[in-house]
Amino acid sequence: MNSPYTPGIAAARLDAEALAENFTDLHAPLDGHEAAVAADRCYFCHDAPCITACPTDIDIPLFIRQIATGTPEAAAKTIFDQNILGGMCARVCPTEDLCEQACVRELAEGKPVEIGRLQRYATDTVMAAGVMPFERAAPTGKKVAVIGAGPAGLSCAHRLAMLGHDVTVYDAMPKPGGLNEYGIAAYKSTDDFAAREVEWLCSIGGIEIKTGMALGEALKLDDVVGCFAATFLAVGLGGVNALSVDGADKDGVEDAVSFIETLRQTDDLSSLPVGRNVVVIGGGMTAVDAAVQSKLLGADNVTIAYRRGRDAMGASRYEQDLAASHGVKLMFNAQPKAIHGNGSAAEIELELTETVDGTLRGTGETVRLPADQIFRAIGQTLTSDGGLELDGRKIAVTGAGRTSRAGVWAGGDCAAGGDDLTVTAVAEGRDAAMDIHATLMGGS
Amino acid sequence: MADLTTDFLGIKSPNPFWLASAPPTDKEYNVRRAFEAGWGGVVWKTLGSEGPPVVNVNGPRYGVIYGKDRTVLGINNIELITDRDLYTNLEEIKRVKADYPDRAMIVSIMVPCEEQAWKDILPLVEDTGADGIELNFGCPHGMSERGMGAAVGQVPEYIEMVTRWCKQYYSKPVIVKLTPNITDIRKPAAAAKRGGADAVSLINTINSITSVNLDTMSPEPSIDGKGTHGGYCGPAVKPIAMSMVSEIARDPETAGLPISGIGGVTTWRDAAEFITLGCGNVQVCTAAMTYGFKIVQEMISGLSQWMDEKGHTSIADFCGAAVPNTTDWQYLNLNYIAKAKIDQDACISCGRCYAACEDTSHQAISMSADRVFEVIDAECVACNLCVDVCPVENCISMVAMEPGSVDPRTGKTVEKDYANWTTHPNNPAATAAE
Repeated sequence: MNSPYTPGIAAARLDAEALAENFTDLHAPLDGHEAAVAADRCYFCHDAPCITACPTDIDIPLFIRQIATGTPEAAAKTIFDQNILGGMCARVCPTEDLCEQACVRELAEGKPVEIGRLQRYATDTVMAAGVMPFERAAPTGKKVAVIGAGPAGLSCAHRLAMLGHDVTVYDAMPKPGGLNEYGIAAYKSTDDFAAREVEWLCSIGGIEIKTGMALGEALKLDDVVGCFAATFLAVGLGGVNALSVDGADKDGVEDAVSFIETLRQTDDLSSLPVGRNVVVIGGGMTAVDAAVQSKLLGADNVTIAYRRGRDAMGASRYEQDLAASHGVKLMFNAQPKAIHGNGSAAEIELELTETVDGTLRGTGETVRLPADQIFRAIGQTLTSDGGLELDGRKIAVTGAGRTSRAGVWAGGDCAAGGDDLTVTAVAEGRDAAMDIHATLMGGS
Repeated sequence: MADLTTDFLGIKSPNPFWLASAPPTDKEYNVRRAFEAGWGGVVWKTLGSEGPPVVNVNGPRYGVIYGKDRTVLGINNIELITDRDLYTNLEEIKRVKADYPDRAMIVSIMVPCEEQAWKDILPLVEDTGADGIELNFGCPHGMSERGMGAAVGQVPEYIEMVTRWCKQYYSKPVIVKLTPNITDIRKPAAAAKRGGADAVSLINTINSITSVNLDTMSPEPSIDGKGTHGGYCGPAVKPIAMSMVSEIARDPETAGLPISGIGGVTTWRDAAEFITLGCGNVQVCTAAMTYGFKIVQEMISGLSQWMDEKGHTSIADFCGAAVPNTTDWQYLNLNYIAKAKIDQDACISCGRCYAACEDTSHQAISMSADRVFEVIDAECVACNLCVDVCPVENCISMVAMEPGSVDPRTGKTVEKDYANWTTHPNNPAATAAE
């Protein structure tokens, strides 16, 4: 049995009970009474700001009123009408930056209506009952391919299936779900929720999922386009940006994405090695997820080093505070300069930064932190563009996800525009599905 | 701290907060605890004639209406008068009164509409040393079917007759408790006065069905699958009670008749409002049933603080102060013109004022793309709905237009002189009011 103070990288720093406790739900679900109390706080605003703030335009005041009047099933239908992954979004959405930030009670009292938790209450009610509140339309005879079974792909597939099309979903990974399955902190998706959600979503029928099929490898875009009436690309960002500093090849320097993925797929948390001193390079949600989970696995010291100031950080203030409350140290204006150690990482050398005339530059002052394990969380990249036109480093799209190639749509993180959020991906998948449907059924 | 001592019909109590005749005043144990908590007086749960007591239902007695977060807005009940032995009650009343001589002790009575029945019970009550009696002519269920309670209260002649008997066979103050389940509250009040009543108290509870169980199709509270109308009380009935109180206070035939105000008194403010409409004190039940006896402490501190702030040194100082300002619609000043004004700093942009005005009123609030809500004076009739639905207190207010200015809605100059419906030039039927 190891402890947080065991040197180097080691598994089982905490006992099984502590690990299990650490990885339970970040926010316990609301029970019926709590939901009633929380729902009563909604003012049922006119043309509500929370709806505007929601990338999927869920009619939030309506679903909350439906909860308040004892019909969470109807509330769930209101949510799923706009966002079929409303269950996952209730868990992972940065509501503090979206609906809850816009809530008028945030302005009035600094305490918004707990929209995220109420959404989970409603969606959990229906999903626990195994009810799929939508039926498929009469078959259209059209076949559509969706490449990527993450939030954008699943959202698109469900909407297309609902409209009567037959959908085949391809995914590179062994399991569908994309980042929901592999990329989100474990305490946000407990009890195998991502997999259960996919199973529930597919219960509408008309969706076939084929895993282990990566675009550009087993799967060629030309072949797919030739076999289907339309194709929706939602392959996400599979690559991880490299860290180009001295010592970046030392043992112990890893991708945060891989770490999170391994953690999500393990059956035994005590088998996962983690450093005594962990440094995460980056400033997004992935950095926070990796840092917090390192701490929860028993790392003694965990630091997030971000090269810019707090305000520029991709992770919300809420996420920053979440990290801090778990004992993660947040370092701002610090960029990696070198990683030292004999074969394995032992220290990281960080250079402090400043922004002058809008340009970030090193000040020359450096600090060294002990670091047995260093996670790169400095962004992800598109691995296969299928030969489509790009906008920057992502697939260029116009309208509801139309790419440069006729019959091919794209959405989610792989497509340009929009925030890289689950909820944005869901919206893009849904909207592309509607556009595909209109096109296939004789629209423009 | 202002002096809250109240003299109602010569009955002194340390404050104007009495517990109404109801379950909280059913027995010695409760009443002693109520007095310890600070209540100024109690009206003991209604006594019936000697003999076997009434039997209550053995299922639910109460139904409820909730506001947000299950705030109790109204309760109805199908409980009857005391179901305990008459002599047990009388002995307890005597003991408690002896131990709390400074508190008001009123005995509520309901016996059949026969002179002998009253002649029998009144000396027994007199013997307890209680300060007065209240005649329960209001209970709307159960007892009314036996010719008592509201069955008496709905017939002014009976009220007058029974009141007369009571004044004849009882030496202390007689308060007649009125039922609101009647078209014109002034009639029974006048009858009570003619019968010699020292005061009226109102309102008793209102006929009501609070809810229907949609599974069993039974009204609630449901007794073995059946429900009946019960008596409604609590904050929800306060507006009805205050209107009835004001009518008695204003009517020339009953003006000056002391009133004990009942109906949804929940806070010191409610009590103050009843008193300004002419009540010498108030009676409380639902608030105590919802929150316990301790709630009187807030009523006492709040009323006292407000009186200090306003410079009132006694309850009598402001008793009836709002009566002269309570009038008939025809005397309202039609030359008074106000416009809604939204305090943009206080506004939280919920848009409820907009939805209310746009959908259901006069389309007098505009909404910008960035959710700024502004009143369109040319459309605003000052209906006040926006104020009513706004979740932020004092965010929207009604501001009177200065005489001499022009109302952009009508294009007319605001007159400084009073003009009511009967005199207003716009009213072609003015003479019909005479």
